[in-house]
Amino acid sequence: MKRFFANLIAFLLLAPPLAFAAEQPLIRMATTTSTENSGLFTVIQPAFEQALGIKVHVIAVGTGKALELGRRGDVDVVLVHAKPAEEAFVAAGDGVARHEIMYNDFIIVGPADDPAGVSGMQDAASAFAKIAAAAAPVVSRGDDSGTHKKELALWRQAGIEPDGPWYRQVGQGMGKTLQIAGEMNAYTLVDRGTWLAYRANSPLKLLVAGGADLKNTYGIIAVNPQKFSDVDYASVQRLIDWFTSAEAQALIAGYRVDGEQLFYPVSSQ
Amino acid sequence: MDSLTAATAESFRLLFSGDAALWIIIFTSFSVSVRAILIAAPFAFVVAFLMAHLRYPGRRTMIAGFSALQSIPAVVVGLTVYLVFSRSGPLGDLKLLFTQSTMVIGQMLLSFPLLVALSHAAFQAADRRVWETSITLGAKPYRAFLTLIYEIRFGLIAAFIAGFGRIIAEVGCSMMVGGNILGYTRNIPTAIALETTKGEFAQAIALGMVLLAMALLLNGMLSFFQGRGVMTS
Repeated sequence: MKRFFANLIAFLLLAPPLAFAAEQPLIRMATTTSTENSGLFTVIQPAFEQALGIKVHVIAVGTGKALELGRRGDVDVVLVHAKPAEEAFVAAGDGVARHEIMYNDFIIVGPADDPAGVSGMQDAASAFAKIAAAAAPVVSRGDDSGTHKKELALWRQAGIEPDGPWYRQVGQGMGKTLQIAGEMNAYTLVDRGTWLAYRANSPLKLLVAGGADLKNTYGIIAVNPQKFSDVDYASVQRLIDWFTSAEAQALIAGYRVDGEQLFYPVSSQ
Repeated sequence: MDSLTAATAESFRLLFSGDAALWIIIFTSFSVSVRAILIAAPFAFVVAFLMAHLRYPGRRTMIAGFSALQSIPAVVVGLTVYLVFSRSGPLGDLKLLFTQSTMVIGQMLLSFPLLVALSHAAFQAADRRVWETSITLGAKPYRAFLTLIYEIRFGLIAAFIAGFGRIIAEVGCSMMVGGNILGYTRNIPTAIALETTKGEFAQAIALGMVLLAMALLLNGMLSFFQGRGVMTS
């Protein structure tokens, strides 16, 4: 009787969902909200799962959180976009090596009437300086994501400490932040991928793009198997190899929203 | 307004066309919450019975404690479970973070105080003579316990439903410890949160309707059982 109940509880707790009963390697990937919200993963995930015979659990969070999950060993691989933070992650021995897989660019979007008058500018730091001078509303991710890190770097470059009622940190993913900026008629920094996916429903306009300081590179890093011995490093390495393969690079290049390309594979550089 | 009408129409189409992605999310929600409540409830009922039946020091503090814990925030449970099961945490070796199992554990912890407090109220209101008569008639304690349970079944069912209602609609804990993984740990509340940020309102509305129907049904059943409970005592 006692055994029966112990078994019953174990079953209720651990019962695997029927769909994944098949034996195949399972790896966990932390990635950014921009790759998931833009819809890229809906195209490439079935492709790599089928090509490699690996089941991948994708957890979409900000870049800062994704790296922290890797540092704690809660995921096996991270796909993020904040080059300095990624290099620090590898240097600290949390990750093995950084492989660049694709890039796009950040842009500044804002209200159609553009009260700060930044439309057509290319240099993002100067545009931020102008927006701050006009005390025009700005919505910040405020979540330690790659986009947030980039935004803070741009403020530093402009020599401005953003503060005041015009500057709102919302602590949300990219899509939600764009929606809030739209509701508040505010400026915000956004990656082009998410912008293209959301633009149809947004009252905002693309105002600043093209500056050298706006490039946005995505890298993939395996979590250090020496730190967490049960990381399935062989499967992770196959996944990383797949991302840099011709097949994956073609899929990334071919992903379109409303006919526009969202991400550029590094092989096209 | 047009977009709202269109999204609502689309949500009905999703619900009734048997959209697989949508039904997997609904299935995940129920699978996790049903497992959590089935494990938590028997333990909670035994604890509640002991609190109502025995006399021991600290009993009243314990009752007050469970009562107070009913309002524990889901995100606090989520954070605790996350830290315990994280790879760098004390139980990290089990590799349970971002699985349905940790979601079940989080929801068990969330529903447990509520189950104890509500079922304790039912045991408290029970007639002590049920227990005494059973024992006098030669019943073993566990048989007497089952008889008592049968006598106050409406109160316990009400506690069960209230506990289930608490966890089926919970988003904070599931998001933190489940990770919102598509087809695995994405349940109704976390999917609604995500689809809303993506601006995909049709799926969010469809899932919202399922959750709302569920909540109304549960609360309707709850008042039904509570009503019967008063009349039989």
